[in-house]
Amino acid sequence: MTLRVESSAEYPIVREADVIDVRRRVRKLAQERGFDTFATAALTTGASELARNAWVHGGGGEARVEEVADGLRRGVRLTFRDRGPGIADIERVLAGGFSTIRSLGLGLSGTRRLVDEFEIDSSPGRGTVVVVTKWTRF
Amino acid sequence: MRGAIPILRVGPNLLTTVHVELDDNIADAFQQDVLQAIERTGAKGLVIDISSLDEVDTYVARVLADTGRMAGLMGARTVLVGMRPEVAATLVRMGYAMEGVETALDVDDGIALLAVRRSVAGAKDTA
Ligand SMILES: Nc1ncnc2c1ncn2[C@@H]1O[C@H](COP(=O)(O)OP(=O)(O)OP(=O)(O)O)[C@@H](O)[C@H]1O
Ligand SMILES: [Mg+2]
Repeated sequence: MTLRVESSAEYPIVREADVIDVRRRVRKLAQERGFDTFATAALTTGASELARNAWVHGGGGEARVEEVADGLRRGVRLTFRDRGPGIADIERVLAGGFSTIRSLGLGLSGTRRLVDEFEIDSSPGRGTVVVVTKWTRF
Repeated sequence: MRGAIPILRVGPNLLTTVHVELDDNIADAFQQDVLQAIERTGAKGLVIDISSLDEVDTYVARVLADTGRMAGLMGARTVLVGMRPEVAATLVRMGYAMEGVETALDVDDGIALLAVRRSVAGAKDTA
């Protein structure tokens, strides 16, 4: 089924305040889009994780926030892009529990569980792109 | 107090409601305020109310858990209260265990839990 993009907006992530700003915008859009409270919290939390990673690990980047539909379902797609150091071992990071900042290392692996579609493209020196889509249910 | 998050004394405990979104500056000030309030008051318990937080990501969860650990080092037991249903569901789905932090439904339950913990500790002391 073809994916239709119904709206698209981009936001910079260069300061910590931008992480909070992106999270707020995602929350507002999810609510407008008819997400229930659980799905809204899931998507917003994932947005917060990815935005913070782009800021902390990637040295800043940007978020694209899109309303999408595929004929049957309505959802929100988020793209986080940075030009930071990239991730050498994606498998290891996605397994969870790996962190270079002595945190829990649950941001990426946890976000993957919160969304319906999750794609990551990252390699050393090329930066990181993470694309997630969530439909209206938890 | 330096930060934006007020800390109140309620009987033998401190009560604080996190009503703003945490960032590094707010989190640092909050933790310092909590620790200084414990030193000043000799409080044995700390209730952190997060009922106004719409979401708790791994960053916020870590700040809260760290605050509890710091308070613990100063002899105050921490109870996290007011976690919303969707926040609990989201944290568990992410695989976040919130280890080392006691939780209760709301402020009243949190204060009651601290009283129970204190009386158990007191009974052990006199045994
Ligand atoms: N955008 C990014 N650019 C470079 N490295 C990244 C990026 N995102 C994640 N990483 C790497 O992957 C590791 C795991 O990321 P993840 O978000 O899962 O955990 P974390 O950020 O370390 O801690 P937290 O659990 O608090 O999010 C990071 O420690 C970092 O080394
Ligand atoms: Mg992270």
